[in-house]
Amino acid sequence: MSAMISINNVSKWYGDFQVLTDCTTGVKKGEVVVVCGPSGSGKSTLIKCVNALEPFQKGEIIVDGIAVGDPKTDLPKLRSRVGMVFQHFELFPHLSITENLAIAQVKVLGRSQDEAREKGLKLLDRVGLKAHAHKFPGQLSGGQQQRVAIARALAMDPIAMLFDEPTSALDPEMINEVLDVMTELAQEGMTMMCVTHEMGFARRVAHRVIFMDKGAIVEDCDKDAFFGDINARSERARQFLSKILQH
Amino acid sequence: MNYHWDWGIFFKSTGVGSEIYLNWFVSGLGWTIAVALAGWIIALALGSVLGVMRTLPGKLLPTIATTYVELFRNVPLLVQLFIWYFLVPDLLPTPLEMWFKQGISPATSAYLSVVVCLGLFTAARVCEQVRTGIQALPRGQNNAALAMGFSTAQTYRFVLLPQAFRIIIPPLTSEFLNIFKNSSVASLIGLMELLAQTKQTAEFSANIFEAFTLATLIYFVLNMSLMGFMAWVEKRVRIPGMMGGSK
Repeated sequence: MSAMISINNVSKWYGDFQVLTDCTTGVKKGEVVVVCGPSGSGKSTLIKCVNALEPFQKGEIIVDGIAVGDPKTDLPKLRSRVGMVFQHFELFPHLSITENLAIAQVKVLGRSQDEAREKGLKLLDRVGLKAHAHKFPGQLSGGQQQRVAIARALAMDPIAMLFDEPTSALDPEMINEVLDVMTELAQEGMTMMCVTHEMGFARRVAHRVIFMDKGAIVEDCDKDAFFGDINARSERARQFLSKILQH
Repeated sequence: MNYHWDWGIFFKSTGVGSEIYLNWFVSGLGWTIAVALAGWIIALALGSVLGVMRTLPGKLLPTIATTYVELFRNVPLLVQLFIWYFLVPDLLPTPLEMWFKQGISPATSAYLSVVVCLGLFTAARVCEQVRTGIQALPRGQNNAALAMGFSTAQTYRFVLLPQAFRIIIPPLTSEFLNIFKNSSVASLIGLMELLAQTKQTAEFSANIFEAFTLATLIYFVLNMSLMGFMAWVEKRVRIPGMMGGSK
């Protein structure tokens, strides 16, 4: 399997403060990688670097053979091929669900309105929300909004999907409906990089788990090794897991 | 107070041609509206561009816009008007200067000066409203738009501005009313708008109280109508499921 995303020696600073330190990892085609770690460990920053929403000062990130940090890279084009789902959904509140699903297909990919609409509705059906097509984001629950957000990203036919804490802003009751969609996606072979605290999801679905602390990648190993061979893990990862898994 | 009220004055002859005093008020109102609307078009167009400039990344464009705002906001309107009317024409290339001073009627040259003056002055204020409207949006909206593959221009056009303009309708209404009220400065360079006609009526007829009562009433009704119009606009563009929008 070839690397869809490779992250080599990436470091990032906010002024004098270093938020990422020599991060090196990658995501292969069809692989599901979960990134976890305590708040402020740099997980979200790292995933935002992958589609250049955050600049980084050192190292390189290659997505499908294209260097993200290269000033000559056509960033809008690259981003249009990588789906991203955010913690706070970020649907466009002034557009109906149908329009949210269609707008980038039309304006970025140049698809016709009809084609975009049809594709959007198909994906909406897939996440179980076809009946809500005419509504506006403010009229949906958080879980529903996040499912629409996933459908919106999928409408662009992405080569990979980035999830930045997709369930952290949801009521507990709504977390599963979103995780179900993500699980289905993973089973279909989508390349996924997910920042999440959902260890159940990681255990069931992920191939690899990355654990970050203080801006550095502390653990980067197979899912089974991460959860199974706890004694082989670093002190910091054991601490984190013991806190997060005891409930 | 020994004052002889005569509300019939408005229907009496002015002694100039066959006009009655009411004709003067109607013509004055016409000029007031013509000045304010033309000025508003300049203010809205230029102010929106400047407001966007202030929120762009980089140094140059935001600095230009900020300098503009500080310059036009910190010099009294009347001083600006005198500069546009008395000073700027002298600085124009000779053919343009001659055209301004002799080629067009005094009313037209006064009109042009006051429209430019009010337009540029109000643009600085509109700029600040647009800037705050954009900055009030969650940062994630910008990221979500970029992540879909939108260029910066598309992000503003399709995602940020439609939301920002909705937010700023109330303060923008205020500026819209202000430009109508501020248009009365035109009377000081001899443009016969509503205030100038009122003063002229007071001088010709000596019915100063009636003249100013009518002027007050006209300004009041005009501004109340504009407020009603803007409230209608606000209601029309309201987003379902958002603040104050119906579910």
